[in-house]
Amino acid sequence: MSATTMPTRPAPPASTRTSPSGSAGVKHRRKLTVLAFMSPWIVGLTLFFLYPLLATSYYSLTNFDLISDPQWTGFSNYVFMFTKDPLMWKAIGNTAWLTVVITVGRVGFGLLAAMVLVKIKRGAGVFRTLFYLPALAPPVAASLAFVFILNPSTGPLNQFLGVFGIEGPLWFNDPAFAKPALSVMALWTSGTIIVILLASLLDVPGELYEAASLDGANAWHQFRHITLPSIAPVLMFSIVNSIIVGLQFFTEAVVAGSVASGSTATAGSSLTIGYPDNSTLTFPMWLYEQGFHQYHMGYASAMAIVLFAVSAVFTVILVRRMRSAGIGEEE
Amino acid sequence: MKKASNFLGLGLVIALATTGCGGVGASKPTGAAPPPSDDQKVTLTVWSGFADRELDALQTVLDKFHSAHPNITIKSEGSQDDDKITQAIRGGNAPDLAISFTTDNIGQFCSSGSFQDLKPYLERDKVDLGKIPEATKDYTQFNGTRCAMPLLADVYGLYYNKAMFDAAGLTSPPKTMSELSDYARKLTQFNPDGSIKVAGFVPTPAFYENTIQTLAPQFGAKWQTPDGKSALSSDPGWKEMLKWQKDLTDFFGADKLTKFTAQSGQEYSADNDFQAGKIAMIMDGEYRTAFADREAKDLKYATAPFPVADSKPELYGTAYTTGTIAGIPKGAQNAGASWELLKYLTTDADALVSLSNSLKNVPTSTDALASPKLESTEQFKTFLDLFHGGKLANSPASPNGGAYLKIAQDFALKYVAGDSTDLDSGLQEVDKHIDDSAQLGK
Repeated sequence: MSATTMPTRPAPPASTRTSPSGSAGVKHRRKLTVLAFMSPWIVGLTLFFLYPLLATSYYSLTNFDLISDPQWTGFSNYVFMFTKDPLMWKAIGNTAWLTVVITVGRVGFGLLAAMVLVKIKRGAGVFRTLFYLPALAPPVAASLAFVFILNPSTGPLNQFLGVFGIEGPLWFNDPAFAKPALSVMALWTSGTIIVILLASLLDVPGELYEAASLDGANAWHQFRHITLPSIAPVLMFSIVNSIIVGLQFFTEAVVAGSVASGSTATAGSSLTIGYPDNSTLTFPMWLYEQGFHQYHMGYASAMAIVLFAVSAVFTVILVRRMRSAGIGEEE
Repeated sequence: MKKASNFLGLGLVIALATTGCGGVGASKPTGAAPPPSDDQKVTLTVWSGFADRELDALQTVLDKFHSAHPNITIKSEGSQDDDKITQAIRGGNAPDLAISFTTDNIGQFCSSGSFQDLKPYLERDKVDLGKIPEATKDYTQFNGTRCAMPLLADVYGLYYNKAMFDAAGLTSPPKTMSELSDYARKLTQFNPDGSIKVAGFVPTPAFYENTIQTLAPQFGAKWQTPDGKSALSSDPGWKEMLKWQKDLTDFFGADKLTKFTAQSGQEYSADNDFQAGKIAMIMDGEYRTAFADREAKDLKYATAPFPVADSKPELYGTAYTTGTIAGIPKGAQNAGASWELLKYLTTDADALVSLSNSLKNVPTSTDALASPKLESTEQFKTFLDLFHGGKLANSPASPNGGAYLKIAQDFALKYVAGDSTDLDSGLQEVDKHIDDSAQLGK
C-alpha cells in the first residue's frame, strides 16, 4: 500500500475528541484495572514476602523473645554471629560441606542415572519409577529408615559388611561418618533431579548425534559438544536447586541426629541437635534452636537474613545464567 | 504516578512491619485476679506433658477439684511440651494452666513473663511456701520471681540388678565412683566376638538419664562461680567427673560402647536395657520403680543413693532433683480460676499424694510427704529419703533455656569418646562458650 493510497484517519468530532486530561483518565483506569487483576498477587507478595522480610530485618536488629517487646540493639546480633557464637562456624562449615557434596552428588548421580535411563528401552517405565519413588518418601520416614539401615550394631548394612569380615563404621554415631551418611540419604531421594534431567536428555534431537557420529565423533565428544550444551539450562537449574536444598538442609539432620543419639528428648531438642559432636548441626538447625529453644528470636532473624542473602545470590546466578542461555527470553 | 505508587507500597509495607513489631506485650504486674463466684461458670484448659495412664491419673485429681468447684469445668489436654506451650503463649492462644515436665526453661518463663508472677496470689491467699522443700522452691523461680509451683519432683539415684550382684558376689551397693567402676567391670560380660553382652554401667553422657546435670552433683561440681560466670574449668569436680567417665569408657572401648548403646531399647519402654537385664546398674529417677514394677515383674532390683566422688565421701546421699512445674501462662483467660486449680494441685496434700501414688513421683510438700496415704515400696523409699536428706541439687536457671547444658554435654561426649584430649583447654573453651552465649540477649 502506497503512501498516496493510505486513507487518512478522520479527525474526531470536536465534541468527542479526547483531551489530554481524558487520555490520562483512560490510562489511570487501565492502571487501576491492571492493579485490580494483580491485587491477589500484590496482597500475597506483601503479606507473605515483603512484610515478613521487613519484619525479620527489623527484628534482626533487636533483642526479641516474641513475648516481651523487642529492644533495639543495632547490629550486635550480626557482630555476635560472626565473632562470638560458639557454634556458628561449625554450623556454617557443616552446611557448606553438605551443600557442596549434595550438589555434586545429586547432579552427578542424577545425570548419570538419567543417561542410563535414557538408553533403556525395555521396561523403561519400571526403572524410571524405581529411581523416582524414594523422592516421594517423607523426609522423617526416610531418615528413620536410614538410621535403621545404618545402625552400627544391628543395621543390615554393617551386618552385610561383617559377612566379608569388614567392620562397618558407626555411621550416624561417628562425627566423621554422620555427614556422609546424610549425603547418601540425599542421593537416595534425588529422584526429582533425575526426572528433570531425563526429560531434558530426551529433548536433545537425535539427528545431532547421528550427524556427529557420521563425522566420527566418539561418545565423549558427543557428550561434550552435543549433550552438555543442550541440557545446560536444565543442568544449571539442577545445580542451583541442589544448592538451595543444601543450604536449607534441616529435617533429615534433625531426625537422624535425634534418633541415633538414643535420647528420649523430643526430636530437635537442644540436647540432640547436631549429634554426634555437632557434626550434623546445620545453619537452619542452629537458627531454629536460637529462635525457638534459646528464645533469641532477634538473633534467629539475623541468621535468617544471612541465609536469605546467600540463597538470593545463588538464585540471581541461576536467573542470569538462564538468561544468558536464552531461557525465559521472548522469542 | 509510578513513583507515587512505589512510595504508597513501601509506606504500606513499613506500616505493616512497624505495627507488627511488638511482642505479645511486656510483662506487667497485674495483681491477683479474683476467683470466680459460685454461680459463675468457667471452663479451664489445662495443658500437660502427660499421656495415657499418667493423663488418666491427672484427670482423677482434676475430677476431684471439679466436684468441689462444680462451676469450674476443666478440659485437660496431654502430650504438650514446652515448645507447644511457648508457641501458644506467643500466639496469644495460651491455655489457662500449663504443666511442664522440665525446669530447663524456668529462667525464660519467669524473666519474659511467659508464666505470670504468682506473688500477688501467694500473698493474698497466705500460702505457706515453707512446706515446699528448698531445692524444689529453687527450681520454680528465677531471680526472685516465682512464676511456677512444683507439682511432684524427680529425684535421681542408683538402680542395681540384685541377681547380677549376687552372681558376682557383690553384697552392697557402691558408694564411691571407684567402687562403681570396680563393680561395673565385674558385672560386665562380653560376647565371644568382643561385643558387649551385659554392661555393668554405661558411662556415656546423655545415655538414658546419665546426663551431665544429673551426674555433676555427685562430684560436687558447680556450674557457676559466685559472680555468675561458668565454672567448669575452675571447679575440680568437673575434671574428676569427666576423667572418671573416660576411664570407664576406655575399659569397654568407646566404639564398642557406642555400638552397645545404639542397639539399646527405648528408655521408656519394656525394652529398657536395665529392665531387660542388659545393664546391671543405672542412674535413674524414682519413676523407674513404676515402670519396672509394671513392665519387668521378674526383675530383682534395689535402689540406693548414687555413688559420689572418691575425694568427697561426705557428699554421699546427694541427689540431683528436678520435676514437673505448673504455672499460669500470660494471656490465660481465667487467671483467677486457674490459680484456684494451681493452688489445689500443688499445695493440697491429698491431691499430691493421689498423683504421687499413681505416677510414682515424689510429692512436693512436707504435708504430702508425711501423709499416711502415701504409698511406698522399699525401692521408692530410697528416693523419699534422698528428698528429705537435705543434699538435693539442681541446675541453675538461665534466661536462654538449656544452652549451657548443650555446650557442656557436647564437650563431655567428645572428651569421653576420645575425640578431645586436652581436658584443661577444652573446659576453658566450654566456659568461654557458655559465657559468650549468656551475653546474647543482654
